[in-house]
Amino acid sequence: MTTAAAHTNHAHADHDDHDHGMGHAMPLSTLIAVFVSLIALTILTVYMSNIRLGSAEIFVSMGIATVKAILVAVYFMHMRHDKPLNILLVVFSLFFMTLFIAFTLVDSSEYQGEINAAGPFVIEKSATK
Amino acid sequence: MATTEIPAGSGLVQPLGRSTAPDNFLTHTRGFASWALTLDHKRIGLMYLACTSSSFLIGGIMALILRTKLLTGNSVSWMSHDVYNHMFTLHGAVMVFLFIIPGIPAALGNFVLPIMLGAKDVAFPKMNLGSFYLWIFGAIFLVTAILAGGLDTGWTFYTPYSTATNTSVVLATMGVFVLGFSSIFTGLNFIVTIHTMRPPGMTWFRMPLFLWATYATAIIQVLATPVLGITLLLLICERLMGIGIFDPKLGGDPVLFQHFFWFYSHPAVYIMILPAMGVVSELISTFSRKPIFGYTFIAYSSLAIALLGFLVWGHHMFTSGQSKLASVIFSFLTFSVSIPSAIKVFNWLATMYKGSISFATPMCYALTFIFLFSIGGLTGLFLGALSVDVHLHDTYFVVAHFHYVMMGGTMVAFLGGVFYWWPKMTGKMYNETMGQISALLVFIGFNATFFPQFVMGARGMPRRYYNYLPEFQFFHQFSTFGSYVLGLGLSLAAFALIYSIFKGKTAPANPWGSATLEWQCSSPPPHDNFSQTPSVNHPYAVETQVYDPQLGGFRKDPNVVPLEH
Amino acid sequence: MSATMTTAATDHGHEAHGEHHAHHPFQAHHFDTMVQQFDSAKLGIWLFLITEVMFFSGLFVAYILFRVNYPEIFAYGHQFLDKTWGMVNTIVLLFSSLTMAWAVRCAQLGQQRGLITNLIITIACAAAFLGIKYIEYSHKIHEGLLPGALFSYDPNAHHGEGAGHDSHDSEHSTHVTGPMPARIGLFFSIYFCITGLHGIHIIAGMIAISWILYRSIKGHFGPEYFGPVDYVGLYWHLVDLIWIYLFPLLYLIH
Repeated sequence: MTTAAAHTNHAHADHDDHDHGMGHAMPLSTLIAVFVSLIALTILTVYMSNIRLGSAEIFVSMGIATVKAILVAVYFMHMRHDKPLNILLVVFSLFFMTLFIAFTLVDSSEYQGEINAAGPFVIEKSATK
Repeated sequence: MATTEIPAGSGLVQPLGRSTAPDNFLTHTRGFASWALTLDHKRIGLMYLACTSSSFLIGGIMALILRTKLLTGNSVSWMSHDVYNHMFTLHGAVMVFLFIIPGIPAALGNFVLPIMLGAKDVAFPKMNLGSFYLWIFGAIFLVTAILAGGLDTGWTFYTPYSTATNTSVVLATMGVFVLGFSSIFTGLNFIVTIHTMRPPGMTWFRMPLFLWATYATAIIQVLATPVLGITLLLLICERLMGIGIFDPKLGGDPVLFQHFFWFYSHPAVYIMILPAMGVVSELISTFSRKPIFGYTFIAYSSLAIALLGFLVWGHHMFTSGQSKLASVIFSFLTFSVSIPSAIKVFNWLATMYKGSISFATPMCYALTFIFLFSIGGLTGLFLGALSVDVHLHDTYFVVAHFHYVMMGGTMVAFLGGVFYWWPKMTGKMYNETMGQISALLVFIGFNATFFPQFVMGARGMPRRYYNYLPEFQFFHQFSTFGSYVLGLGLSLAAFALIYSIFKGKTAPANPWGSATLEWQCSSPPPHDNFSQTPSVNHPYAVETQVYDPQLGGFRKDPNVVPLEH
Repeated sequence: MSATMTTAATDHGHEAHGEHHAHHPFQAHHFDTMVQQFDSAKLGIWLFLITEVMFFSGLFVAYILFRVNYPEIFAYGHQFLDKTWGMVNTIVLLFSSLTMAWAVRCAQLGQQRGLITNLIITIACAAAFLGIKYIEYSHKIHEGLLPGALFSYDPNAHHGEGAGHDSHDSEHSTHVTGPMPARIGLFFSIYFCITGLHGIHIIAGMIAISWILYRSIKGHFGPEYFGPVDYVGLYWHLVDLIWIYLFPLLYLIH
């Protein structure tokens, strides 16, 4: 049993640094600190939504969301200790998503006038503005 | 017919040695369950091959019926307008979603990819089997859609018609949705397999080009197919609940559907053609008995095509009300895709230059591919030009163009690949003469069918029409007779293959003298692919393979030192 | 620490430090090492997450498109969404992410009891999230705040007779300002499509975590083999990540 226990302990100790090439146990303090920051940012974004910021509002709320997303990805999803390839894949997919959004927007904003002109709600819409 | 180097089909050589391999993947276990629940990539590949080929048969029969109708431009008693609309829709949907997209990657790719790589299996065998069953479910949905009211939207499901028609759009889109997941799982599996299952010595630049091509394909499958999924889900919601995202009456945007659809479906065109190019790279090198010319260029051009392929979807929408700005950008990018495609063609030609070319059946198909793909690709440039497209859009010119690429390209390469790997899959040699005649008939029949369609289209014959003006009758009839020749050629190819299972000669391990790894294991391969870990050389070091009359095939000559490639 | 756990962990330890080809009970035959198996599956799950990102991207495109073209329907429509419930749900989901990450840590360290506890909390949070979503949905369905053609809300006839259906009525019905724009149904189309799809992912996550929980109870996981906990965890964090964006995009608009 002593040898068995030693083995178990050994395995534990190893895992706090890199071993086996199979990931890294995130310290509990880090996890909790990240969680607290996420909650703080959530409260912040709700608070900010009560302040009129005009056109900056979307950037503020998306900025806070992105900070939160990065925190989740880097710490909860262990990206910090992951293989570069996996991180590259994520960046790659975001790049393609951006392309998808950008191209579609460039196009649709150009012909939107025609849709509005043909739509049955034109009068009502201008009334609401 | 075959040269002295490839006498395997001539029947002169008695195959010795491995003729009675004690255990291979076909005999490893027996019974229905051993196939239905198999996790062996080779068996899954064969099941895919059987199922996709059956779909091709069904789609092909529909095509022949459609062409027969078009012998005359008037109404015929045996086929109404509606039936015609349903049939060309289903011809397209079956061919695209059930045959061409899974054809080479899922059928041939599953069979050869792990062996070429030197791995025991793909990374996720259960997911692989799951992908096959998703294909089956998707096919069942599509068949149910046919029985429950048919489908008349065209394979593209364009809104607003697809939200208004009373045919079974929901069932069909569900089917395509499920097939999309099947395709994603295959692609995901291949990417992971290529990244993590390579044995020592198999570096990226020692991978056969077929693997580069399937890798590039898999990237598209993983990145683009989910967008098709969400598009079809939204279409289903639109039909069931009227969510209005694509419906201008409710403020929605019908062109948005086309953006969504083509964001997947244009890259999907490269899902179809890239693996075909990979197959052809293997065939050209093997049957020219020369290392492939410009290996790295071909490898990178596959990736370039995959990436650029994402940026050109708008060229399907030049006349759909797309903005001028977007059209100009998409047109420019469309032209840029032709560069990596041309790089491949030039490299194939350079490989053949001063090669010792053997006109074995797979090579006949590979040459057919180069010819037809070049025509298909070059006519694509006409369509990518903005002003010309306005004239040619939705005419038979477009139909001819994409048949040259999808059928003349992918289907012909698929056949070439099937003939090439058939001895490995079944352990039998087919009749070489029959194979060569089938290739000739396919070549003649294909051109006779589709070349007149270029002419018709340029003269204004619109696609998808039941009737036509008398001036187009000659071209339509020519095309229909061509399609019969094509059908005959394909039937002969199928016959040659099936006949060989029963009457074919036992195949040697390496009938063609290729240096890639799948030819180092016995034919058919053992259950675990390799009895011992294979030694990895450059995949195109064909000079290391020498013909051994005792084997009836090639073997590696230990005395030949591979050249630096 | 239970006795079973100790032996399980010990077994794993022995094998890892033993000969290279000694097979871990959960090592599939076609992998040479556990590390290769882990790397493959990890790459696989990341690729799967990418497909999820692309899957949702379609809905984000639709969202952005309509928000750019018809800002008024978003400004009006979001007033029907309850910020408080949204925030509570965000916190619930963030907490479930914490417990999931913690569960992965427990699995890596072989802490059997912590693993099981954390997984149970994660499932409970997911259920709570869906419960809150149910309250929000039933309120909207009751008032006719439905997608596209089904939209049947009448701004004039609505002053809280749906009271009692849920406790937050006051905020919805009474504080809505401005005339109702045309195309308002589109906002609810987007809302129901995105949150509905997200909800389906929550359900799928609950199923996957339950499976992991079952295997944890059977003592399958330990320092040598914790992959499935990790993979399901990654999926769960992605679901959380998507909600991190959905919350401000839908609930916090001016």
